[in-house]
Amino acid sequence: MKKDLYRVAGIAAVAIVALALGAAAYMRSQKAERAQQVAQQAAQNPKAKADGPPFIRPHSHSHGPMDAKVTVVEFLDPECESCRAMYPLVKHLLGQYEGKVRLVIRYMPLHPNSLMAASALEAAGAQGRYWEMLESLFTNQPQWGSHHAPKPELIPDYAQQLGLDMGAFRSLLNSAAHKTIVETDRTDGQSLGVTGTPTFFVNGRQLERLGYESLKALIDEELAK
Amino acid sequence: MSLHAPATEDAGSYAFAYAAWVIALLSTLGSLFFGEVMKLPPCTLCWYQRICLFPLSVLIAIGIVLRDRNLPVYTLPLAVGGLGISVYHNLLYYGVIPETLSPCTQGVSCSTRQIEWFGFITIPAMALLAFLGIIVSLVAHRNRQKRSLA
Repeated sequence: MKKDLYRVAGIAAVAIVALALGAAAYMRSQKAERAQQVAQQAAQNPKAKADGPPFIRPHSHSHGPMDAKVTVVEFLDPECESCRAMYPLVKHLLGQYEGKVRLVIRYMPLHPNSLMAASALEAAGAQGRYWEMLESLFTNQPQWGSHHAPKPELIPDYAQQLGLDMGAFRSLLNSAAHKTIVETDRTDGQSLGVTGTPTFFVNGRQLERLGYESLKALIDEELAK
Repeated sequence: MSLHAPATEDAGSYAFAYAAWVIALLSTLGSLFFGEVMKLPPCTLCWYQRICLFPLSVLIAIGIVLRDRNLPVYTLPLAVGGLGISVYHNLLYYGVIPETLSPCTQGVSCSTRQIEWFGFITIPAMALLAFLGIIVSLVAHRNRQKRSLA
């Protein structure tokens, strides 16, 4: 019995260590592959860094000065809870670094009504109310974006509360143009290795660990350059 | 002395039990590697198979250490349950059952091919082989014990 215990413990320990080593090796190879891709992209297009595609597209909404030293690109989904949780923190950071940081929003639709929500954002943006709509969608997300009983039909109500021109809003909602925007963002995101939301890129460097502190640290690092 | 007296002190070899356990352990760790390291999202059917598989890597080990004669009683049901789900998953995956019957509507579709090594090693196929291997080993273990007790 004792012998069995040692044998079982030994085999389990060896297997777990092997898994850990394999995981470390796998992650190292992934990182090297990504670095190589980035280097290749940079070689093909020297201006590509944070300013050109695929990080930013002409249709992308942004907040902050165009010549800001640091550009934060956020791939988000209005229906994603973590994006909702992260938003006040991002807003706080933007306020803290007023004039030095620009935030660019990209879409990564991962939920049933992400497309409609993104379209509602774009439709509000056409009336110059993009950021208010984004805030409203996040605030009301538990109502319209509940995973058990989503009520996307509530989304126009939020536009109405903002006092938008509802005729113009409805004519744009779910339009083919918006679908193209969202699909472009999704494709760009996938080519950048975005698998979840929110995913942040600070001057093209991906935020590894999601959170206020690490995002702030990465921005500080880029500002100090 | 141990708190749990062994149910039997038979001299029957535990090699088959060890074989079942090693398969369960490697499958568990491999599945964790796919999910947590390679970040492949498990589909719904994969989750049910995991529910059957993961406890086996702990239960069989305890049964071995305690030399518990009842080991197959509480491990075979899990392994057989896992095999049933795995058979269904493979039928779905290889298109024998049409996708519309799939219970997976959200997240990853159960027939999405995420890994195809050498053209035939897929995750559902590996799961099927693992459950089969565990069941065969556990049954062989039980038979050998019965013979040694008789």
